Amino acid sequence: MYVAVKGGDKAIENSLRYLADVRRGDRRVPELTVQQIREQLPLAVDRVMTEGALYDPDLAALAIKQANGDIQEAVFLLRAYRTTLPRFGASQAIDTGAMQIRRRISATYKDLPGGQILGPSFDYTHRLLDFTLAANGETPEAPKSEEPVADGMPRVADILDHEGLIELDLPDDEDGPVPDLTRDSVTFPADRATRLQNLARGDEGFLLALGYSTQRGFGNNHPFAGEIRMGELAITFEPEELGFEIEIGEITVTECQMVNQFKGSAKVPPQFTRGYGLTFGHCERKAMSMALVDRALRAKEFGEEITAPAQDEEFVLYHSDNVEASGFVQHLKLPHYVDFQGELVTVRELRKEIEAREAAELTDDDELAAAE
Amino acid sequence: MSITQEAQPWQAPEHDKPVEQVEGYNFAYLDEQTKRMIRRAILKGVAIPGYQVPFGSREMPLPYGWGTGGMQVTAAVIGKDDTLKVIDQGADDTTNAVNIRRFFAKTAGVATTEKTADASLIQTRHRIPEKPLTDAQILIYQVPIPEPLRWVEPRETETRKMHALEEYGVMHVSLYESIARFGRITTAYNYPVQVNGRYIMAPSPIPKFDNPKMHQMAALQLFGAGREKRIYAVPPYTDVKSLDFEDHPFTIQSWEENCALCGAKDSYLDEVITDDAGGKMYVCSDSDYCAERREAGHVGDQGEPQSPAKKGGAE
Repeated sequence: MYVAVKGGDKAIENSLRYLADVRRGDRRVPELTVQQIREQLPLAVDRVMTEGALYDPDLAALAIKQANGDIQEAVFLLRAYRTTLPRFGASQAIDTGAMQIRRRISATYKDLPGGQILGPSFDYTHRLLDFTLAANGETPEAPKSEEPVADGMPRVADILDHEGLIELDLPDDEDGPVPDLTRDSVTFPADRATRLQNLARGDEGFLLALGYSTQRGFGNNHPFAGEIRMGELAITFEPEELGFEIEIGEITVTECQMVNQFKGSAKVPPQFTRGYGLTFGHCERKAMSMALVDRALRAKEFGEEITAPAQDEEFVLYHSDNVEASGFVQHLKLPHYVDFQGELVTVRELRKEIEAREAAELTDDDELAAAE
Repeated sequence: MSITQEAQPWQAPEHDKPVEQVEGYNFAYLDEQTKRMIRRAILKGVAIPGYQVPFGSREMPLPYGWGTGGMQVTAAVIGKDDTLKVIDQGADDTTNAVNIRRFFAKTAGVATTEKTADASLIQTRHRIPEKPLTDAQILIYQVPIPEPLRWVEPRETETRKMHALEEYGVMHVSLYESIARFGRITTAYNYPVQVNGRYIMAPSPIPKFDNPKMHQMAALQLFGAGREKRIYAVPPYTDVKSLDFEDHPFTIQSWEENCALCGAKDSYLDEVITDDAGGKMYVCSDSDYCAERREAGHVGDQGEPQSPAKKGGAE
């Protein structure tokens, strides 16, 4: 046929087979297993679970494999799967104060009850390529601490709470329905629960850039990393027919509490305000960015002037989702030749008119010249 | 030197191979509760022609922007006895149309067709079929940006207010600006319409050529915008007026050429580049309309007379 973009069944089928072939790569190299991805690319798995809004390391690892390592594509795969799952209800709210800590640091206190627990982090690495990894060197096991991590590990924000130095963090309405942005379309102004849901699913790169922009003066709110903690938490659920809570599993989460300056208003004395970030797994950069943007989006609540993109909830909430963004940007690949034809007709008509006018003016000039 | 691509006569696309139905998913993919939610939104849309109803759009296994809204509407209204036609740019054989048609063949096991007249449901992107539709048919549009006021006002909070108050002055101003600058309204597609004398509506990016077909159409017209989470509708036999001015009445595209294959003068034409030296030909964008005309014996400048028995496979 003469139109390249038109393709039948066969072309699509062949494209799919080519894609699968590229995924497998050189057959002399052993194939990656889903278990290997889950165990050895854990941060990729965590990011896919967070933005895919589904806690399932095995499925996230499968998605990464199926997506040839394209993280956003893997997020999309997980979302498309998630949307088909039945909903049994909402779990009980988690208490991050009860977390089995693996990492907990605070930038606002040198030492604090429970101490600073570094955990696994890139923060203290030198970014030098490690050629022993390329040579398949075996990694020794990490040493174990002789004493267990302290049981009581109060959240930094709770410490400030005792003095009334930080705004109270009260849930909207504990008995009220939990908004679910995957079931209802967002309306504006959006409540904070909806905003946080959106940010939790939002693209890490987008939130990173927005959070960064607030630090550079576009909606600055003078943040301190009050606390970042990462570890395991039990999830409990109360089935209606049982009437009591049962534990249904354990998840890893990363939480970031940003503590921000606030000068106070007519109603409230000066105190610190909060920005909150929470992700599945270990996604520290995302949790911190989310906390910055959450605080920026609360501008109206504190009577702050809205001047920057990060403070603009329509701007942030409508553009944070990478599944939506990626689809719409890439839909430009779809054929648009009908509309383009419409534009061609219009441009040709406009040009014809201008040419006709110019020709007429030239003739007028000639006639004038002849008359003189 | 010029490269000449041989302009081959149009051939009927290879009929989709029978598609195996997938297990483990509900009929037409979406669960029944979701379908009910979408049907409620559709009913509201039909009751308030042209009004954009927010709905809990789901992630579909196709990317946003590729017809997820249309697919959700189709999934909500399709039944076992329906016959589905899917077109993109007016053609049944464009990759996206093939993909969506296969999706429903796979998940709903319904009959599919490329014949406009044989379809009970037609999902479309960017075109309305040339053949007039009947009141036994439903036309489902895929919509990228449902808000006609979006280009004059980026904020949803504002545009919703403008619709509520019927505050459409800015729209006319923007059309007037086009006239002031170019001497005409230069919007070639997604040309705004007013439905039932009330809501201004985006007809989706169909060429303005198709706008008059929406007016008093016998078929129910449903619009689905998945990413933007909006559904709207035009009930059968409803007034749909393209915005214009008394001294600058609405006009549609026209061509000096006819379809090179079937000779049609009255259909929307695509321009096909045949070589790198400016050579081109025009063919119907509606592939079924063109095929039907050729079967009926119409031949364009570059078409081949067709015997009805001949059925070829397209690559």
